[in-house]
Parts: sequence; C-alpha cells; structure tokens
Amino acid sequence: MNTENAVEVSNLTKHFGEIVAVDHISFQVKKGELFGFLGPNAAGKTTTIRMLTGVIKPDEGTASILSYDILREGLKTKQLMGIVPEMANAYVDLSAWNNLMLIGELYGVPKRQRQERASKLLKEFGLYERRKNLVKGFSRGMKQKLLLCMALINEPQILFLDEPTSGLDVESQRLIKDMIREFNKNGKTVFLTTHNMEEANQLCDRIAIINHGKIATIDSPERLRLRSSGLQSIEVSFDRAVRVDELSKVHGVKEAKKTGDKIRLYVDEPGVVLDKLVDFARSKRVKIISINTLGPTLEDVFLKLVKES
Amino acid sequence: METNLYWGQFKRSFAIVKKNVRIYYSKGPVIIFGLLVPFFLFLSFYIGRNMPAEALVPGLLGMTAFFTATSVGPAIVPWEARARTLERLISSPISIWTIFLGDVLSSFFFGALVSVFPVIFGLFIGVRIADPLILGLGIVLATFCFACFSILLSAYPPTDSPASVMMLSSMIKFPLVFISGIFIPIEELPAWGKTISSISPLTYFTDLARYSIQGNSHYPIELDLIVLAAFAIIFLVTAIKIHERTMQKRL
Repeated sequence: MNTENAVEVSNLTKHFGEIVAVDHISFQVKKGELFGFLGPNAAGKTTTIRMLTGVIKPDEGTASILSYDILREGLKTKQLMGIVPEMANAYVDLSAWNNLMLIGELYGVPKRQRQERASKLLKEFGLYERRKNLVKGFSRGMKQKLLLCMALINEPQILFLDEPTSGLDVESQRLIKDMIREFNKNGKTVFLTTHNMEEANQLCDRIAIINHGKIATIDSPERLRLRSSGLQSIEVSFDRAVRVDELSKVHGVKEAKKTGDKIRLYVDEPGVVLDKLVDFARSKRVKIISINTLGPTLEDVFLKLVKES
Repeated sequence: METNLYWGQFKRSFAIVKKNVRIYYSKGPVIIFGLLVPFFLFLSFYIGRNMPAEALVPGLLGMTAFFTATSVGPAIVPWEARARTLERLISSPISIWTIFLGDVLSSFFFGALVSVFPVIFGLFIGVRIADPLILGLGIVLATFCFACFSILLSAYPPTDSPASVMMLSSMIKFPLVFISGIFIPIEELPAWGKTISSISPLTYFTDLARYSIQGNSHYPIELDLIVLAAFAIIFLVTAIKIHERTMQKRL
C-alpha cells in the first residue's frame, strides 16, 4: 500500500442482478489531488462513490482510503471522510442547525467545536440567517449548500462529492466550486463525480473517464486534449447558407456539423483543409466571414473515449 | 482502544436518540396509534364493568408501556430508507448497532416516560402501590424489552413503506395484548390460553404490575424479571442481526 495515495482501488466490482454496474476498475488518487470521475448517466460513477464511502459493499475487489481498508476498517475510513451524496439527504424535519449538530455528534466532534464550525460554515455558505428553519422549506441550492456544510463539519481529510453542482443556478455552482478549490488548497483530497466536462476541466488535476462500468482512461484534462490530435477542427462561417453535406465532401474533412450560424469541420490536418475550403468558397461563390482552427475540447475527447469504450 | 471505540459508539447512539425525539415523537400517527388508540381501546373494555381500581391500573399500565415503547420503532427504518437519510447514517462513522441502539433507547425513554402517567393516575384515584421498587424496575425492564421488540418488527421484510410496517406491526401487537393478561387475568385463562400467554413478554410485565399493585402474581417475580431481560436480549440481538443482513437491500 502506497502511503502517497489517498485512494487505492483494485478490481472493484459491483453487480445489480445481471447488470455489471462497476466492472473490475482499478485506480489511485494521490493525497492532495482533486480527482474527477467523469462519465455519462448510468456509467457507474455513483455506484463507485457509494462503495468507496461504505454505503454499499463491493462484490469483488478491494479499496482503501488513506491506508484504511473500506471493508475491514470501515469506521476509521468513514471518520476521515466528508460526503456530499447525489440525492439530498439532510433531515427535512430538522433545522439546518440541528442537522449540523447531528452530523457533528455522529462524527464525535465535541459540542463546542461543532457549534463553532457550524456557525462558521453556515456563514460562509450564506445560510446562517436561516439556521433555525426546517430544511423542508429550503430551495435545492440551499439544501446542496447545507449538504456541503454537513460534509465539512468534521474537518475531513478527503471529500467525496457526487454531482455536487447538478441542477443548481450559476451563483450556487460558483460558490460550491470555490469551496471545493479552497478545501483542496489546504492539501486535502477531493474525489468528485460529474457528467459536466467543463466542471471537470475547471476543477480537476486528473480525470478518470468511466463508461459501462469500465474506466476508459485516466489523465490530466490538458493531456487528454493533447492525446486526441485526431479531434482537431475548423470552425467556419459563410455570408450565405451552405449545405453541410457538401462541406463534408471537401477533401480532408472527416465530419461536418452545424453549430449555430457556423459549421464545424473535424479534420486531421487543418492546414491542408484550409486551402480546400477557400477553393470550395470560390466554387460556390460564397464569402468566408470567419474561420478558426480549434483544438479538441474535453467534451470531444470524452465523447470519443466513451464511443471507443 | 476497544473500550474507547465501544464507549464512543455508545455516546454517538445518543445523537440518534435526540434526532428521533425531534423528528418522530411529535408526528401525528405516533400520537394516535401510540397513545390514543390503546387508551380508548382500554377504556372501551373497562367502562361499565364493576372493577376495583387496583385491577384496572396494572392493565392500563401494561397497555401504555407496550404501545408507547413500540409506537415509533417499527417505522423509523422504513421512513429513513425512503427519505434516503438511512444512507446518510450508514455512511457516517457509526455501526449498525449504534444506529439501532439509538432507536431502542429513544423508544425506551418515550415508553418509560409515558408509563409514569398511568401510575400517577392510579395514585390519584386512590390506588396504593405495594412494591414501588419492583414496579419501577419492571417499567424500566419492560419498556426496554418492548423497545427492542419494536425494531424487530421492522427487520423483515426490508421495505421502505412505513404504512406497511405499521400495519404488520399492528397485526402482531393487538393479538399480543389479548393474550397477555391485560383484559383477562392469566389465572382465569384455560390451560391452552396460559401456554400461549407465556410466549408474550407483555404477560410478564402485566404480572409484575399486578404484583406491585395488588400484591399477588401468577409467576414468581424473579421469573418475570428474568424472562423480560431474556426477551430483551433475544429481540435486540435477533433484530440487529436481521437488519445487518437486509440493510443492503434498503440502500
């Protein structure tokens, strides 16, 4: 077991009946790393995080969190974690304050400390004025912020977040992302699942892409983009409408897609295709208004890898 | 180290107690099914019958202790499974024993507290308590035993429907009341009735209550106390073992 790693997973597998939700996955997350687990719906992200946080038991394989085995040393492992689950699960019949006191007590945080931390967290997340209100009256964004407060009340060494910004307004998303960065800045580890490529790109040091329960690849967002040289593209717009199917026949163009008032052409060699595009415009008697060469976005890489896997 | 672990988990079970008291013991169905239904059932049986107060209070006490201590316990796990708060508890650094010990203790405190009222009522109408010590010990032991029984009622099947569990538990609880010497003293039951009543923990508490108030009991009081303690241990261990096995199906 490498003590440099915060999470070590080996051959982790989970079946639900005949469906293999997670299929022999292995990976490591370094201490202090902000690690993203990216995948489409039903890829196995939530099942993986639920196994790592001790909610459900794996059928095969092993996993350790900060050197503690999740099955044999479950209580020690859980003591070091903060968890923001996919579905809001604060007690709606308790106030925000009582939810925090309950979680603090379950983690063994002494009374005075949990009161101080709860006040600080609620102020940071803008919930302090509503601390005495029952959670059943909270908006989705407020509930999500409260879940993050609940995850941080024990000052965890590692934070597990399952789709933390899903369905939130822009302001709440920004606040939660800032808090995640702040937590990570203090050398603590973050394990984040998301299906939002931009979020993973903005936050994560490394990303694992999972699909159909298997990991397609693990790398940094930038290196993932560089690895996918075949996904370079040219974005072009003309002064008049041009048929996309005609553009897809231009030499060197692998695929053409309409994106708003522009057309995106996926190519291997942008330089060669640029000449051909000028010829195409002349032959059709249309003017090129704008033309840009683009590297692959993380979304392109993600879709390519998911398709391949 | 191990002692610290167990003591720490025991302390954390009181967080579950506080949570249960705040959330569940003020709910309408709890008040109705836990307090009002048994109270009116009892009254409907006794009103119009010429019975001495000393014969009335042990039955009322037995009903109150049994129904209050078992009023919430069966519904907590299905309620929490449905609200997904059970997942929150399972992902916290507490064992399944800690969760259910908290559920048992909250039912126990509620049952023991409410059981004081029939005793006060009895004193108010002039009933003399012959052995207050045994009565107090009996209330504590019996409400703990019934609280353990309450978590057994939700152990199987592993459903997330509180209504189903409440219905199932009512089907078990009400017949138990009729065979436990509350309405008809055990001595007056036929031999087969006495045999059936011996499998109900409520029988032994009613017997203890009669001894404490009327001064006579069907079984030796030592036996009543031992059987209640044995039932409590069996219910607690069995319930938690079943919950441990079925927990994954609820998550």
